[in-house]
Amino acid sequence: MIYSENDRVFLGHGSGGILTGELISNLFFYYFKNDILEEMTDAARLKIKSHFLSFTTDSFVVDPLFFPGGDIGKLAVCGTVNDLAVSGAKPLYLSCGFIIEEGFSLYKLEKIVQSMSEEAERAQVQIVTGDTKVVAKGQCDKLFINTSGIGSLIYRNKGIGKAENICNGDKIIINGSIGDHGISILSARNELNIKTNLMSDCASLNGLIENVLEKSEGIKFMRDATRGGLATVLCELAEQKNIGIELNETDIPVKEEVRGVCELLGFDPLYIANEGKVVIIVKNENAKEVLEIMKKHPLGKESRIIGELKDINPGLVWLNTQIGGKRLVDKLSGEQLPRIC
Amino acid sequence: MRFIDEYRDPELTAQMINLIKQSSVKSINLMEVCGGHTMVIHKFGIIDLLPKNIRLVSGPGCPVCVTDKRYIDQSIAYSRLPNVMITTYGDLIRVPGSTSSLEKEKAKGADIRIVYSSTDALDLAKTNPQKNVIFLGIGFETTSPSSAYIVRQAYQNKIQNFFLYSAHKVMPPALKLLAEGEVKINGLICPGHVSTITGSEIYEPLVADNAIACVVCGFEPLDILQSIFMLVRQIEKDEAKVEIQYTRAVKPEGNAIAQNLLHEVFEERDDWWRGFGVIPRSGQKIRQKYGRFDAEEYFDVEVEETKIDYGCICGEILKGLKIPNECSLFRKNCHPANPIGACMVSSEGACHAFYKYGKLNQ
Repeated sequence: MIYSENDRVFLGHGSGGILTGELISNLFFYYFKNDILEEMTDAARLKIKSHFLSFTTDSFVVDPLFFPGGDIGKLAVCGTVNDLAVSGAKPLYLSCGFIIEEGFSLYKLEKIVQSMSEEAERAQVQIVTGDTKVVAKGQCDKLFINTSGIGSLIYRNKGIGKAENICNGDKIIINGSIGDHGISILSARNELNIKTNLMSDCASLNGLIENVLEKSEGIKFMRDATRGGLATVLCELAEQKNIGIELNETDIPVKEEVRGVCELLGFDPLYIANEGKVVIIVKNENAKEVLEIMKKHPLGKESRIIGELKDINPGLVWLNTQIGGKRLVDKLSGEQLPRIC
Repeated sequence: MRFIDEYRDPELTAQMINLIKQSSVKSINLMEVCGGHTMVIHKFGIIDLLPKNIRLVSGPGCPVCVTDKRYIDQSIAYSRLPNVMITTYGDLIRVPGSTSSLEKEKAKGADIRIVYSSTDALDLAKTNPQKNVIFLGIGFETTSPSSAYIVRQAYQNKIQNFFLYSAHKVMPPALKLLAEGEVKINGLICPGHVSTITGSEIYEPLVADNAIACVVCGFEPLDILQSIFMLVRQIEKDEAKVEIQYTRAVKPEGNAIAQNLLHEVFEERDDWWRGFGVIPRSGQKIRQKYGRFDAEEYFDVEVEETKIDYGCICGEILKGLKIPNECSLFRKNCHPANPIGACMVSSEGACHAFYKYGKLNQ
């Protein structure tokens, strides 16, 4: 056995940071070990006879269920669609599993299902199978949803899931401001009496991503920066590929409200969750062209180049600070905001 | 963002660094007392911008870091009592005790809630009358007035199920000890938020007895750089006086209302500091008038014997004798996901700041 009877799960094990990584590599990878899993991509890349498929799953426990810019249903569709899209797949079919607490409002459930249906239509996917479980009052909090998804890996030759060819000089692009989702959820919880006009960025990114993959060359890597934020995506990449990543603080778009709340509470926007942001690594000479293509899409208007890959400080991410200093950007340790998605 | 970006202006920063470089000749040690300063210094990469002859040393101003292990052990013992709810600021729950932590107790089922304000703890007592709610009060004059406030509120509103477990501390005795310690400190970057309460007058003895230059400093990068410049200016002229850089918040006499409140609720006692041992008259105990709300008086618990962490040098780091990189556990056995000492837990701890914002090779 890996663990003793005294070992416990902490909230930090679900943060997407160091503890989550340890749990995955020590426990799940140890017992589930196989080549596909060990590629460690957002979605598994499968070859079944001559068909190339992408397959992924995600569970949603967000609190509150309804928040500015979305709800748990919309999130459950977007999250899985985005995981498929960043692996180079065209998302096609989703499953959904509901775990519902006894006494939950059917009216709210209908609103959530309606919202899932609308988002599925926007993302051009179909929800084709599902499951429903109801547990006694107090045995889960209102509603949890799991969605799994299958997509056709039509952009498999671009190698974007595994970041195979990334190198010194490649540029890093993001499609807009970071931290909107996390801070919207935080203010929607009303625990801190913070009021903002922020909306979650929750959106299906497959349209934007397909535009980029169809129309441009030089895309080397894509990942949606969700739980754990922009920093976590880049730290994992730097570590896996043993490359240095340099970010420029003044180039990273952060809304005033997000900055304000972060300043107040001591959070770092780099680690705050997003639900509609994709990080793209592109060959230096194609970067401008990709940026222009992204800016033409409604979900990419605010796209920016925020940094580049370097052959110094391998395995590390660092930030050129606003005042001209330099500092390390480390992996998230512990839990910043539980139940954010 | 207004009131933030002005203090992070790259041009003003460059000018201030030039001023420091032009006026600084002597090799000096400046201690930033406050954990908030440690964090800003590392977060903005300030150390690398300074000339090599200025060495910044982290001091004992991180509330979580100086909280002794036996306090954690006793809090854990309280959390295991029936019908008790522990309320605490977030960082404390991850600090390792001798054999457990509040985080581990929470995972096992203890009722431990994180609050963002002391008044939230009092509200939890009001809304959970069946529970005895204990608030873990740690920190210096920055946080102790809000603890004093809720104790007085509980007294005035006759709230029977609220208790404070105080590890509150006052800053001057520890500063005195450091001034007379092994590390030659030429100047103190004095804690801005403590000083809003105490005023800057508490530093006068350090100037008079130990000839240490003192500047009360704000929490933005330019505040820190300007304070360093003011300290350099004093030290180069062989002067030592108390100056306030953080004039937008600090007055020499401080906040009389908060001081009176502290005096009304607390009295001095000798107290344990992690790494320092007992420092005379450095702690704040609840006065007899409010004794009904003192967790130490009300609850009788057996506390396990304190285990010493062999290898952890938090104590020497808090005294400015060593830096985190010199600890054999740093980054190996001790990291934020598995902290051995409190300095790695708290976001204001020196070890955490060194780990998180790190040192790049190139």
